[in-house]
Amino acid sequence: MLQTISLLVENKPGALMRITGVLSARGYNIDSLTVARTLDPALSRMTIVVDVDPQLRQQVIKQMNKLVNVLQAIDLTEQPAVAREMLLMRVRAPMESRTAILKEAEIFGARVVDSSIDGFALELTGDPEKLEEFIDIMRAYGDIDVTRSGMVAVSLEPRKLRLSPPVPKADPVLEDPIRKGA
Amino acid sequence: MPNLMSGSQMLLECLMREGVECVFGYPGGVMLPLYDEMYEHPLRHVLVRHEENAAFAASGYAMATGKVGVCMATSGPGATNLVTGLVNALMDSIPIVAITGQVPTKLIGSDAFQEADTFGISRACTKHNYLIKSIADLPRIVHEAFYLASTGRRGPVLIDVPKDVLQSQAHYSPVSAIHLPGYKVYTAGHAGQIRRAAQMIWDAERPFVYAGGGIIASGAHEELKRLVELVDTPAVCTLMGLGGLPSSHRNFISMPGMHGSYAANMGMTKSDLLIALGVRFDDRVTGRLAAFAPHAKVIHVDIDPSEISKNRTADLPIVGDAKRVLQRLIKALEDLAPEAAGRKAEARRAWWQQIRAWQTEHPLAPEISSTEIKPQHVMVEIDRLSGGEAIVCADVGQHQMWAAQFIRFNRPRLWINSGGLGSMGFGLPAAIGAQFACPDKLVFAVIGDGGFQMSIPELATIASHGLPVKIVVVNNGYLGMVRQWQHLFYNNRLCAVTLDCFPRAESLAAAYGFPGRTVDSPADLRPALEQAVSEPGPFLLDIKVSPEENVYPMVPAGGAIHEMILRPPQPVSVPK
Repeated sequence: MLQTISLLVENKPGALMRITGVLSARGYNIDSLTVARTLDPALSRMTIVVDVDPQLRQQVIKQMNKLVNVLQAIDLTEQPAVAREMLLMRVRAPMESRTAILKEAEIFGARVVDSSIDGFALELTGDPEKLEEFIDIMRAYGDIDVTRSGMVAVSLEPRKLRLSPPVPKADPVLEDPIRKGA
Repeated sequence: MPNLMSGSQMLLECLMREGVECVFGYPGGVMLPLYDEMYEHPLRHVLVRHEENAAFAASGYAMATGKVGVCMATSGPGATNLVTGLVNALMDSIPIVAITGQVPTKLIGSDAFQEADTFGISRACTKHNYLIKSIADLPRIVHEAFYLASTGRRGPVLIDVPKDVLQSQAHYSPVSAIHLPGYKVYTAGHAGQIRRAAQMIWDAERPFVYAGGGIIASGAHEELKRLVELVDTPAVCTLMGLGGLPSSHRNFISMPGMHGSYAANMGMTKSDLLIALGVRFDDRVTGRLAAFAPHAKVIHVDIDPSEISKNRTADLPIVGDAKRVLQRLIKALEDLAPEAAGRKAEARRAWWQQIRAWQTEHPLAPEISSTEIKPQHVMVEIDRLSGGEAIVCADVGQHQMWAAQFIRFNRPRLWINSGGLGSMGFGLPAAIGAQFACPDKLVFAVIGDGGFQMSIPELATIASHGLPVKIVVVNNGYLGMVRQWQHLFYNNRLCAVTLDCFPRAESLAAAYGFPGRTVDSPADLRPALEQAVSEPGPFLLDIKVSPEENVYPMVPAGGAIHEMILRPPQPVSVPK
């Protein structure tokens, strides 16, 4: 069963590797993964869709929350959330089918982002099921090339973000009798 | 006016500020700037003979003291050799910091000489790891590493330092605070949960304390003793928790699990309330999970939220530091005691009678013979010399289980072994670390002939420092635990388990310049051990034990813990 995980992470080298490591160590295959920075450029928001045994979903979230670079990991699978994905498609369109292709695009709300004698480049945003349907239909018109963005999701409930405050650094040198004498 | 320092100087300054007294390491090309700085630095560097043993020695040091152990290695092979020691520290929650050299930043990724992706390799082997790209980050990272290693659930942290970072110069100013917003340390435990736990404990008819390494890590041994006495409940300590409750305590029911005592495993199976403290329901303890403690509600106290309900669902989870939580739990129990303490008196009396009956029925009794040295006999004699007070560093295998069964530990931090990872070759280097940490204590390295032969190079380290480690090789000429499994589960088809050509102990020790002795008769066992202990320096004892002895009781892998093999094959099943 696919699980949708939303993470708020520090934008640091290795953070992605640590997070995917939690999944790859268990042999889970990632269905999609998106990362981009948030309003605070020091942080990134990540959405991962992954096939996890239902009884291990909580454990995976806990393991991710344990990572030092992860500020928050939440399971959106059964939570109120909006999930969207974007698709870019190149479709070969000979003269006789151009009108039909544009009609289909219009039905799905896809935008034409490039047009040439050979065909069109189309852009479509929606939930993954809608994208699948669109792909199926466009296949009927000939060769297509598809790049999908992977899912991005946002929780519809405000989430309290609990962060650890700075810890003053006690200087053990001052308490160390050996060095105090020196 | 801040000081101008090199990266090497800054690193050493940070180590001193962390109170580091001694590091275990092995130099190499990219580490030369650091080692050059150590030439006239007060920090003590112990040169081990293999990097893996630097990590093990640092772990032994950390386990004996509770302080952060430090190891160092060079780039490439030096760093990769640390891997087993890092994973071992991760599995057993040992606070160590590993510092590895790296090729200069400009060469990273170019397949330079002795380059390895240490940052990538150590990701899965550590609690956290760092690659320092600029000297400006160095002090912050070093202090963060020590903070991470020594707080929360302890563990290994690795810092990879490129050579040019060690060589570059910058003004140094001390770090005033650690800021890790995503690193949550849970300490006190939830007050409401603690109150509910106290109620459950007084309401239980067959309570049973299952205490583990978390007791040792948080220094909660006094609190554990107080809890066990206040509620008068039977208690077991896991392999990692031995010494958490004194082995001589009347409520102590030995170790549970695959080679645990009959009373420990039966107690867990029949209990109606498991009070699990700093444990992780390891498969070697629980056996077949579905059959583990089937009648018990579980109170699970652990500092790591991801341990709660990982293997066994907790009826009452408390996330926190064992010491803090126990202090508050004891208070809550005392508050309720006036009206609650006697409530289940009748059931509690019957519970204790049952526990004592199991203990009498199948005690953990050592095999002792007058014609051959039984390995259990060796442990009994070590126990006699230790009196529950010596440090015992074990390797991995049969001898480790016998030591855990028959050597008593009346304090925490005396029993040092590789539990979760089960890494052979751990015992001798760990003993080196422990002896450096506790120079005045009696330290035994109790090792099988297999693990010993993985650690022979460290005899040089021991000799070079005149460390008075008493090395006791429990020599059965086999990889004993593997032989035991082949014997029991593979029709005794012994494959690749015979260890012949063991070097003569007298000659081997003499080659390193200290005494050694071979013992092959039971009559010589005690005098030989006494001789070893009376020698001021190191001593190597090769004790030829009966080769085909098996560890019992035994729960076969995947079996239920109440279905133990108590003696050579005759499974005993107790109806529920």
